[in-house]
Amino acid sequence: VRQTPLSVSIWRGGQTGTFENYSVPCRDNQTVLDVVTYVKRHIDPTLSYRFACRVGMCGSCAMTVNWRPRWTCRTHVSKVSHGGTLEIAPLSNLPVIKDLATDMKPFFEKWQAAEGVFEPSKTRDDAVEPVQPDEPERTAADAGIECINCGVCYAACDTVRWNDDYLGPAALNRAWTLVNDRRDAGQIPRLQAAAAGGGCHACHSHQTCTEFCPQSLNPTAAIASLKKLSMMTYLRGKLPS
Amino acid sequence: MNIRLYIWQRGTAALLAPMVLVHLAVIFYATRQGLSAAEILGRTRGSLTWGSFYGAFVVAAAIHAAIGIGNILSEWTPMGDKTARGLSLWFGLLLFVVGMRAVFAVVSG
Repeated sequence: VRQTPLSVSIWRGGQTGTFENYSVPCRDNQTVLDVVTYVKRHIDPTLSYRFACRVGMCGSCAMTVNWRPRWTCRTHVSKVSHGGTLEIAPLSNLPVIKDLATDMKPFFEKWQAAEGVFEPSKTRDDAVEPVQPDEPERTAADAGIECINCGVCYAACDTVRWNDDYLGPAALNRAWTLVNDRRDAGQIPRLQAAAAGGGCHACHSHQTCTEFCPQSLNPTAAIASLKKLSMMTYLRGKLPS
Repeated sequence: MNIRLYIWQRGTAALLAPMVLVHLAVIFYATRQGLSAAEILGRTRGSLTWGSFYGAFVVAAAIHAAIGIGNILSEWTPMGDKTARGLSLWFGLLLFVVGMRAVFAVVSG
């Protein structure tokens, strides 16, 4: 059965630009990334966008599809198109480099500002720390560890849009997984980062991060846990300002 | 919002929640009983209890509202965080002065 082609609007330009319309053949099991790739290969080779694995692991292909941030390689057109139309834009809350490619630098800089880097407490000469999979801390870390840093939560977050200093859901979720890693030696600086102006206490708990996370993680819960832990640590006088 | 402001805002909210309920109960009682202004003032004047209750209410409300207004100004207007906090501090002081003036008016004399 020959289907009506998709009517696709794609953002062209940088921070300023315009949507351009393309007609793309409709296929079975077609993903939004397939649509963008079709435009690149068959209509306009100057279209810029980012992808790598195409199987939902690398987190590089996130875009705004019909006004919602999504991972495009795992988003079927049939589930998101409105009457055969698609509007594809770069992720919100990030500078646009060109077309659908955003500059992820602020996202990863905030990841580091949240002390999202493992700080080893042992050397290679020490014995391996045994960590049981069913320990409460490990279970809490596991709940957030599968983040692929796609930036969907960051693009969906109202607080990120309103507050330039806010570290964002992914960075704080990462911090929470490390807080629960007892091999880590950087807990106080991490809690200080979480307790600072753009940290976890700026979160309004709108839960858009949780709503849109393609990995079905719950950054809002991680941030709420960070709020509680940093507050208790502060009230006990163990969180130097 | 940093952790200090967070604790002050949530702490004052925890204080205000039961106080608002008491305040609403007082309003309902006064209106249902048909108390006149003179009768209300007769009960509040010289009362350390009502003076303390509404004094604490005003302090908590001034702190809570100032922090909230500061957040809104900082997030929803182009002004910087410093300007927003400065303006909200003045707003909190205004609430404190106006509120304490009202408390003074009903408990003094």
